[in-house]
Amino acid sequence: MSVELLADKLSSSFIVFENELNGETKTDLHRIRRESMELFEKKGFPSIRHEDWKYTSLKPVLKHDYKVFHKGDQALDFSDIKKFFIHDIDTHKIVFVNGVYSSWLSETTHQGYDVCTFSAALRRHRDVTDRYFSKAADNSSAMVALNTAFAQEGAYIRMTKGASAIKPVEIIHFTTEEAGSLLNQPRNLIVLEEGSDVQIIERHQSLGSKPVFTNSVSEIFVHANASLELYRVQNDANTASIVDHTSIQQHRDSRVRTAVFSLGGKLMRNDLNIAFLGENAEAHLDGLTLLDDGQHADHHTRVDHRVPHCNSFEMYKGIYDGNSKGVFNGQIMVRPHAQKTNAFQQNNNIILGEKASVDTKPQLEIFADDVKCSHGCTVGQLDDEALFYLRSRGIPEHEAKALLLYAIGDEVIGKVRLKELRNRLHKLMAKKLNVDFQMEI
Amino acid sequence: MLHIKNLHASIEDNKILKGINLEVRPGEVHAIMGPNGSGKSTLSSVIAGREEYEVTEGSIEFLNEDLLSLSPEERAHAGIFLSFQYPVEIPGVSLTNFIKTSMNETRKAKGLEPYPAKDLLKKMRDCLELLEMDKGFLSRSLNEGFSGGEKKRNEIFQMALLEPKLAILDETDSGLDIDALRIVASGVNKLRSPKKSFVLITHYQRLLNYIEPDYVHVLFNGKIVRSGGKELAHELESKGYDWIKQELAEV
Repeated sequence: MSVELLADKLSSSFIVFENELNGETKTDLHRIRRESMELFEKKGFPSIRHEDWKYTSLKPVLKHDYKVFHKGDQALDFSDIKKFFIHDIDTHKIVFVNGVYSSWLSETTHQGYDVCTFSAALRRHRDVTDRYFSKAADNSSAMVALNTAFAQEGAYIRMTKGASAIKPVEIIHFTTEEAGSLLNQPRNLIVLEEGSDVQIIERHQSLGSKPVFTNSVSEIFVHANASLELYRVQNDANTASIVDHTSIQQHRDSRVRTAVFSLGGKLMRNDLNIAFLGENAEAHLDGLTLLDDGQHADHHTRVDHRVPHCNSFEMYKGIYDGNSKGVFNGQIMVRPHAQKTNAFQQNNNIILGEKASVDTKPQLEIFADDVKCSHGCTVGQLDDEALFYLRSRGIPEHEAKALLLYAIGDEVIGKVRLKELRNRLHKLMAKKLNVDFQMEI
Repeated sequence: MLHIKNLHASIEDNKILKGINLEVRPGEVHAIMGPNGSGKSTLSSVIAGREEYEVTEGSIEFLNEDLLSLSPEERAHAGIFLSFQYPVEIPGVSLTNFIKTSMNETRKAKGLEPYPAKDLLKKMRDCLELLEMDKGFLSRSLNEGFSGGEKKRNEIFQMALLEPKLAILDETDSGLDIDALRIVASGVNKLRSPKKSFVLITHYQRLLNYIEPDYVHVLFNGKIVRSGGKELAHELESKGYDWIKQELAEV
């Protein structure tokens, strides 16, 4: 199947989708969907001719004949998928199987705050969805427009004023062998009202062998003095690809920590936009990429300092083995009035495989004169001197390499606030490096 | 224990070692002295197995085994320890975890079970005391931000833990103030035993006031040009290396 055929299929699918909506087609929300579809039809899928997609080609992902609509709840046995959850602690869970909400596997809540689905929010909290839907995401992106056009299902989290989540929220999307090739387009809406806080972990997991393509959009609104932690674990099958767009708006005194762990999958593209709308807000953007043969990860971040006195700290680290490929594009915008901004960015890469490569590009646009901004990109190999030092102390070459890589990874993993997730990531990393350290470094 | 025969080694086609012969027996302390560029550090690197150096001729046997066919880690497992002239800083790896990995990998190579954590901790504490090091060192990243003296003490600390059969101390005294030198030297002296051997590579005679060698060798232009007892070191100290150079020129 060609890219054009898939685009055509999506156009006709949109008509089918509209027909099933009945009365809803007259709403403002659906008007946004329709406009988005028109925009997508005008733009088409992004290609490497687009500056933003120069190093990441979607062609190998778009050649499959994906199913756009999803059939009902596929029975999954919890014991089979338990390992994908942080199962040693209690969590809220929003679980989807083949794009369909699974009430059986989920543990939602409406007590004090809402943890449920986007479709439920469309029915029950229309005032909230109308207020926030499509207000943060960058709709000029064709992939966002496509998601917006079909926006119907995903996670919905609304932390009410002053509410503190009693446990972390896990959002997990499973796809099964039975579902075949699937295009999944979840739409998450997350609202943290004044003074609230929540920790969120999201992952996508293909359990089958068929190609799966996820085009996900998250819109997140963090109001005054609220606090968000958002962790993404990308350790999917080599037949699964994801394009994620996350836009976060931060109001005054708010705090956001995001971390994405790109450890597995055919193609991972993460667009993360953070905009400071109120003073004294702070954001941490972290990423750890650890790839092997046949894997590709692209991190595009954009931090928009629109107001004074905000701080952003960005640290992305990458380790590339085999013929894997990495991209980092970090944009920092400091607008003319955003004085006293602190914006730091760091992207460090280690190339292990002879055929591995990474393209890294910091992009600083600073229009204020009283700011502290710095950036640093490095691409290198493991330090031979350090390796020899470790080996001369009896540590075999494979373990010595792993020890050095583990230390790099730990700089990012160590910042995860949730201990159980941190332990899990340490184990995942040791497993990927094929070592058994039995230690927390 | 260590037999070096007619060792020639080069790096990037530069011949550095040009026929070294050296025999070290159990319990002996050998000092190898020489001016800068004479090949002292190359010799220690070749013994420890640094891969940039190519051995073009000759052999090294350690405990009747061909040392040159072993990887750096296998040499460590066999009982060779190199105290680095410039210990490498490794951010993110704590000294404790490094030691633990090092010791347990060495035990694994010998078919032994890992050290019980409690015993290892006690051993580490004892060795810290020996080197007058604070236990805060254990949680710090390996050599990161250590002063010159701290790095050298850390090398001897590792030596004390790993209990090698042959330790090569590559310019361990260089750049140390007198207190640090005294601590390092007394650490080494406490570890001396009839079964353990040391090769001290040094530019200065000063170290030998604290660690008394059985033999002193002068390395010059890739060859050992003179060997003798500890009195040779005193002679070098008073006459300088030019004395050797002149004598060689006359020959």
